[in-house]
Amino acid sequence: MSVAKALPHDAAALHVTGAARYIDDIPTPTGTLHLAFGTAEIACGTINAINLAKVKSAPGVVAVLTADDLPFANDVSPSIHDEPLLATGTVHYLGQPLFLVVAKTHLAARKAARLASVDYAEDTPILTIDDAIAADSRFEDGPRIWTKGDVDQALSEATHRVQGTIEMGGQEHFYLEGQAALALPQEGGDMVVHSSTQHPTEIQHKVAEALGAPMHAVRCEVRRMGGGFGGKESQGNALAVSCAVAARATGRPCKMRYDRDDDMMITGKRHDFRISYDAGFDGEGCLTGVDFTQMTRCGWALDLSLPVADRAMLHADNAYHLPTARITSHRFKTNTQSATAFRGFGGPQGVLGIERVMDHIAAELGLDPVLIRQRNYYDAMEGGGLSAPRAARPPEGISEHEKVGRGTRYTRQYSPKADVQTTPYHMQVKDFILHEMTEALLASSDYHARRIAIADWNAGQSVLKKGIAFSPVKFGISFTLTHLNQAGALVHVYQDGSVHMNHGGTEMGQGLFQKVAQVAAHRFGIEVGAVKITATDTGKVPNTSATAASSGTDLNGMAVANACDIIRERIAECLAELHQTRTENVRFEDGQVFVGDAQMTFAEAVQTAYLNRVSLSATGFYKTPDLAWDRIKGEGTPFFYFAQGAAVTEVVIDTLTGENRILRTDILHDAGASLNPSLDIGQVEGGYVQGAGWLTTEELVWDDKGRLRTHAPATYKIPACSDRPDIFNVTLWDQPNPAQTIYRSKAVGEPPFMLGTSAFLALSDAVAACGPAYPDLQAPATAEEVLRAVKRARA
Amino acid sequence: MGFGKEAGVYVASTPEHPRTDLVRRRVYIMDVTFLLNGETVQVEAEPTRTLLDWLREDRALCGTKEGCNEGDCGACTVMVTDEGGAKALNACILFLPQLHGKAVRTVEGISGPDGALHPVQQAMIDHHGSQCGFCTPGFIASMATGHLQGRSDHDDVLAGNLCRCTGYAPIVRAAEAAADAPVPTWMNDKVPEANAQSYAPETLEELAQWYAANPDATLIAGATDVGLWVTKQLRDLPQVAFLNRCKELRAITQTDDTIHFGAAVTMTEVLAAIGDDHPSYAEMIRRYGSEQVRNAATIGGNIANGSPIGDNPPALIAIGATLHLRHGTQTRDMPVEDFFVAYGKQDRASGELVTGVTIPRSAPNLRCYKISKRFDQDISAVCGCFNITVTDGSVAEAHIAFGGMAGTPHRAHQVEAALVGQPWTAETIAKTAAQFSKDYTPMSDMRASAAYRLEVAQNLLHRYFAEMTGQATSVLEVTP
Repeated sequence: MSVAKALPHDAAALHVTGAARYIDDIPTPTGTLHLAFGTAEIACGTINAINLAKVKSAPGVVAVLTADDLPFANDVSPSIHDEPLLATGTVHYLGQPLFLVVAKTHLAARKAARLASVDYAEDTPILTIDDAIAADSRFEDGPRIWTKGDVDQALSEATHRVQGTIEMGGQEHFYLEGQAALALPQEGGDMVVHSSTQHPTEIQHKVAEALGAPMHAVRCEVRRMGGGFGGKESQGNALAVSCAVAARATGRPCKMRYDRDDDMMITGKRHDFRISYDAGFDGEGCLTGVDFTQMTRCGWALDLSLPVADRAMLHADNAYHLPTARITSHRFKTNTQSATAFRGFGGPQGVLGIERVMDHIAAELGLDPVLIRQRNYYDAMEGGGLSAPRAARPPEGISEHEKVGRGTRYTRQYSPKADVQTTPYHMQVKDFILHEMTEALLASSDYHARRIAIADWNAGQSVLKKGIAFSPVKFGISFTLTHLNQAGALVHVYQDGSVHMNHGGTEMGQGLFQKVAQVAAHRFGIEVGAVKITATDTGKVPNTSATAASSGTDLNGMAVANACDIIRERIAECLAELHQTRTENVRFEDGQVFVGDAQMTFAEAVQTAYLNRVSLSATGFYKTPDLAWDRIKGEGTPFFYFAQGAAVTEVVIDTLTGENRILRTDILHDAGASLNPSLDIGQVEGGYVQGAGWLTTEELVWDDKGRLRTHAPATYKIPACSDRPDIFNVTLWDQPNPAQTIYRSKAVGEPPFMLGTSAFLALSDAVAACGPAYPDLQAPATAEEVLRAVKRARA
Repeated sequence: MGFGKEAGVYVASTPEHPRTDLVRRRVYIMDVTFLLNGETVQVEAEPTRTLLDWLREDRALCGTKEGCNEGDCGACTVMVTDEGGAKALNACILFLPQLHGKAVRTVEGISGPDGALHPVQQAMIDHHGSQCGFCTPGFIASMATGHLQGRSDHDDVLAGNLCRCTGYAPIVRAAEAAADAPVPTWMNDKVPEANAQSYAPETLEELAQWYAANPDATLIAGATDVGLWVTKQLRDLPQVAFLNRCKELRAITQTDDTIHFGAAVTMTEVLAAIGDDHPSYAEMIRRYGSEQVRNAATIGGNIANGSPIGDNPPALIAIGATLHLRHGTQTRDMPVEDFFVAYGKQDRASGELVTGVTIPRSAPNLRCYKISKRFDQDISAVCGCFNITVTDGSVAEAHIAFGGMAGTPHRAHQVEAALVGQPWTAETIAKTAAQFSKDYTPMSDMRASAAYRLEVAQNLLHRYFAEMTGQATSVLEVTP
């Protein structure tokens, strides 16, 4: 059995020896050229004239390309063709690529790119949300508004109300490997592109457009990324297209990698948000209605901002039943980097909005915030609970032929209450397990006793204060653009019994390749080592979706299982016929194939099938069932299921400086029946720290000219080693997903990111120990912001 | 005396690094000899060719990664051994001539010659310490160096290595798991024989004479600052000299009353030397840059570059340190505070160099506070150092100096004046803290606002009082 094993990352041995190859490590042919962008020095305006003479004559420069030199499409947008690769006369943000230097070395290209002299007619940039409101600068015709029930009436009749606003900053991905691409021109104008991308098909598509070629002329290959986090869903397009057009122009291989500062100045980041709320509730703290206004800066181009802003709306409820709700979403167009996908994809911002409301209600009523949360949770799913007996009948498998060998409590036949609660977007919540998870986590973290102990400790301290907070997450799994919920796979079985596996998902560190290889091995009853993991390749599996929305394993695991099952079925039919038995009597286990009373190795079975002229190669396909979604109305079933989790975080702050630190974190996270507990725990630990970083030390600062001042690790501070919690307990809930996912596992990439919210809330709790007023803590809670909040609390 | 040979006729020899531009400008080429993964290499290096670029482009050793190219992420970490032992360094801001006479071990050389894994490599696999893997070679280099040194302060050993995937917990588990395994034999590099090189003078006499004659040259010690001139500002440095082989500048001399640091003493060495006498100063220096940065950065460089946000100057001013300079054969001394004239301007003549600094060994009341967005590997928003003597309940003497509050590090004379002679009470503190606005007019930038800087400066006086009267004041000392 290969699934549910805590195997290491597939490339762990390569990582630790430095042998794992990233784009810039691929040996390049002699004569390979290197690229760099010359970028805009103003945030908004037009280009009167651009003098490139010094750039062209700089040492090592082979060519300099401007928009006029591009033979076909000048666009790298993943959505509405509003993102020119090179500026066409208008400057939209400071850092925008204006021209492309092609040189003999990386350094020569970078040096030359700084030698242009550009004459701008500068306009006043729209930089902030307030600027955008004043100018009514937005994407779409107006705000998106989703409603459930009569929120105005609910608010007017509410016995208690809180109102407030929380600002939350954006976040730089800071993937350790910067954006990179390498284009290798082929015969007949074809192009092979190596790209550090989460979306090889998008690279293929944009490169084909830029070359005026059909997609079949372009092949994109991705073995691995040095981190993605959403930042390589669309932001790699510019480099891949640049390499391809320069390779076409020069006939030579072209490579481009951003220097870190360029990367941070040019590429998009997480959307920052301002969320205002007006919440009505009763004396118990139960919500009767919430009116949210979400405002976000999308930057200069649309990119993926609509689905990001949608997902923020879709998570405005997080884990809580909102009897009535209105969610208004403004998507502002500003002269800043085009905000893009980032782990959680708007979800974390929506979640922080409602978690802030919960915190505020608790403060208003003087009750424990955990109690308020529990009272507002959605109803528990039928049959849930730690003490629920395991189902006696065999669980469903994902194919007729395989009974997944794991116990399960949940089946699709559970009978929810007649009046199933719905989300603000009218989807029934039928798989809610946070009641049980919360009880378990509060017990294991000793929350209630620690809360009392912290209050005692605080009473004895003049300078330092501790805080503790709980927060849950319920995250919807599926792409909200429904057609993206599909995946393909290609599996070959060779004569010696070794297996070559390929699928549309990309490896960015999350362990997707290993988890899917475990699935493939399990389908054939062989060891994982017998399955060769191969680079994602648009020539092998076409029309792939981005590896995003946490869906990599759900989609590609199923597609690979499908391909394996087709081959296994063919082998079984062949062997059954030879042994005069039925295919149901052929079993694949422990590297052996059992055919009735006969037994042979998997390799022998494969050899037999080969000699009997059985095809040992198959494509697999999967599409997520039961999705239906109208994003304009805000109605339907955008998600296949919900992944859930909960965290308790304890912090300490210094009331003189605002300095703060995480002392302890306890997490209980729902990865369904985990395919690989170690890799899943890795996602939870890493996601939490990244989420906590977003809300604490990671501050993006633009000056009043629109120049990003935090454009390198010297000034932009992601968590360092000592910033992780002193005590860090992470446990998986490890119960099967009621939805029919691959071996009943759940997606785990994004949801734990939102557990970092508990760190923010704990800081707010610590600040609240300083005085009577609500701290109104804003994000990121840098030391400076914490000190401001201390003063607000004391006021 | 020539510093390297002029390369007007130099012919490029490696296809990976075509040096087409060499013939067009004046470039000195320096002969450098060092051990690379146990093998002796001799390189004719451009003075500011970084080890990272050379490894990746000329040697096809691509395990060592470029993450930021400014010494802040640690993806390029390598282990360098010199006569002082093994240390972790950032290869992205390490120039090849700095390696003359040393031994370098990259991730490829941390595995054994037969491919055997180092214990930290095996532990990183076993404990799932890599996800995307891009930072991993740098972590391996830091961990292997820490392992060799027998370190158990993993947070400090790894403070200069950023990981965006794991949240660090599995990496620290791996470091702990590997701690007791023996150091593999191949890790013990012997420093190679290396001839004296004119570009790296071995005596102060030689250096001072040359610099007086070539005052426009750039002196390079650890290159943690100058490295960025090259990798980020893309500057060509036509004439340089390297200080790391100059014995006088490398010396630490202790007397009963003083400690003298040569200008090229690294911050790691400073940290070790001041730990007993000045624990608070040492704790601040523990948070100066990172392990890799402290292993390269020098105390002389931190003073001589005149940065308003360097962490040593406020401490040195508060403690009453003396700075030593030399021009040719002329030497002079001054209080450190007098060196900083204005932003970007120091009291240093053309061709004059900082040779060292002397601090008193006794300063029991010295407390140093570094306020930054992140605790480790960050530049101070505010660095405040207090050295106040209380006699019979009243303030007898006050030396208070700040960095990050003005164009130069300097003393808070108004606050000091307001304190001296007053009773050492909370009332006095509350009354005098407001005086900081007379001493400093800080600015707003990406690290902090002006208002925060000023408020924190005032509050640090409160912290000092609280600490000296026995209250808990540091979040770093709180346990769950």
